[in-house]
Amino acid sequence: MPVDTTTEPDEVAGADTTRPRRRSSWSRGPSRKWRSRWRWQSRLNWAKITPYLLLLPAVLLELLVHIVPMVIGIWISFIKLTQEYIQHWGQAPTAGLSNYRIAVDFSGPVGRSLLESFKITCLYTVVVVAFSWVIGVVAAWVLQRPFFGRGPIRTLFLVPYALPIFAGVIIWNFMLQRDSGAINELLVNNLHLVHHRPFWLLGNNAFFSTAVVAIWRQWPFAFLMVMAGMQSIPNDVYEASSLDGAGSWAQFFHVTLPMLRPVNRVLLLMLFLWTFNDFNTPFVLFNNSVPPSADLMSIHIYSNSFQVWNFGYGAAMSVLMLLFLLLVTAIYLPLANRRSRSVT
Amino acid sequence: MSRESTSFRVFRWVVIVLIGLFTLLPLYIMLISSFKPLSDVSSGASFRWWPSHLTIRPYFDMWNTIPLATYFVNSIIVCTVATVFSVIVAIFAAYAVSRYNFRGRRVFTTTVLSTQMFPGILFLLPLFLIFVSIHNTTGLQLYQTRTGLIITYLTFVLPFSIWMLAGYLEGIPRELDEAARVDGATALGVLFRVVLPAARPGVIAVAVYAFMTSWGEILFASVMTNGSSETLAIGLQGYSTQLGVYWNQVMAAALLVSLPIVAAFMLLQRYVIAGLTSGAVK
Repeated sequence: MPVDTTTEPDEVAGADTTRPRRRSSWSRGPSRKWRSRWRWQSRLNWAKITPYLLLLPAVLLELLVHIVPMVIGIWISFIKLTQEYIQHWGQAPTAGLSNYRIAVDFSGPVGRSLLESFKITCLYTVVVVAFSWVIGVVAAWVLQRPFFGRGPIRTLFLVPYALPIFAGVIIWNFMLQRDSGAINELLVNNLHLVHHRPFWLLGNNAFFSTAVVAIWRQWPFAFLMVMAGMQSIPNDVYEASSLDGAGSWAQFFHVTLPMLRPVNRVLLLMLFLWTFNDFNTPFVLFNNSVPPSADLMSIHIYSNSFQVWNFGYGAAMSVLMLLFLLLVTAIYLPLANRRSRSVT
Repeated sequence: MSRESTSFRVFRWVVIVLIGLFTLLPLYIMLISSFKPLSDVSSGASFRWWPSHLTIRPYFDMWNTIPLATYFVNSIIVCTVATVFSVIVAIFAAYAVSRYNFRGRRVFTTTVLSTQMFPGILFLLPLFLIFVSIHNTTGLQLYQTRTGLIITYLTFVLPFSIWMLAGYLEGIPRELDEAARVDGATALGVLFRVVLPAARPGVIAVAVYAFMTSWGEILFASVMTNGSSETLAIGLQGYSTQLGVYWNQVMAAALLVSLPIVAAFMLLQRYVIAGLTSGAVK
């Protein structure tokens, strides 16, 4: 967002210069006469600067932790930043576009592995978002009407979401162990579905394991949002459709789902962004040594930066990733808006 | 939907049982394994659905295998301080956004919200470098300390907190503010005496969200901390040694670090859900 960042400092500067005025009109120190004179002179401005003063702490923090780092991140993608320059990163030599050229050179090793990681991340995102959404919608649907046990079941369903990420993923790590894990015990010794114990955390299986863990963690959020969306559907819509003879099934497809469109619009975008950026699930599940089949982009960039110690590549890759996310969002939002408007 | 067909009722319970198994299986395994003796979980022993004998030893041993208490204290300090400050900062910002019409309002809200979509990995290294520079120029050490992590978390939860809280404040009638203004209250007076008491559920929701998010954060904690400032999210990985993993202790620790968060979420469920979903449903 280059446009936004340029306007940001203005607000800070504007708020900073007016700071003394705020002190004098709030503090009880100065004499009454003094204060009333100040009030007179600055009444107009005072009303104007209040919102900026209220925003000041948030703006400063956003600048320090989000905006400035992002600008620096983009700048790093144009320099040769290796470990030797880390203490004096201002002196690192420029690289021009070479970091980008190497990152998108799909015949070279760096580019090929980046492309591979991108494909894996896309597949992972589609699988995880689709399953999380479907499970969430179906669960919200069957819990839509009051019945015995509804409250406790709903609370129980939300536990994976409330659980700290690392705790939840560590449990799965234990479950997916080849020799001592619960999954193989269940599949091999209890259900006799497979004869020799598969490795769930190695090879291609690692991809599915990561996806299942991510779905387990994420579907309750879809459930939560869809439930809230269902509550806002007016009851008379259902009454009207049941007068027309629609049963539970028909109502779901012809009333509930179309009415959920505004919620789904936001929900799917959030799920997409979170899943595409996912770092935590593979990082904890594989104890920091992620197999190639679960090499999501965040992990890929992380290991390129902090294990290979070449930050220029890492930065160039994260900028490319950001551009991709911006592109998808820019295409998705107008499309989703148009579709939802045509319905309502 | 006056009647539900029998087929729908059957379908409902099939769905509930299936999803319930998927959801609860890991939770059951965490609970039951935390009461197992080490021989039940050491490598070579296959998984047991019930311990050979129940023991609470893991709950004592887990404190000695890794410096769990240190991690716990770090997590509590970092998350509490970050939550308190983020709530305060978010209240001011949300109040400005919901009650004032000023130049740059849209720019502020869109910028802040769009930072939510950026990959965390993009900020990680630059933020680290900024902290290194601050250390080099002022001597203030922000990396590998709790302070740096607090500042990071505090800001990370801000966008969503401001958004949630602003949505909540929109729902509080402006007539209340105006009445107080007529009585001579200042902007801050209105905020603290009128708006905030009415927005308490929203504030609670933001606080729970901020605490939960900070408690579970891994990416920045993995780079910004070292031995003495490590939080639970990183420290818990220390249970895996070359010889094998003390899975019973890991499960006991996982249960312990989850309990306060899950309990808080359950107790304040109503507020949190309303807060989380208010923006999307509007």
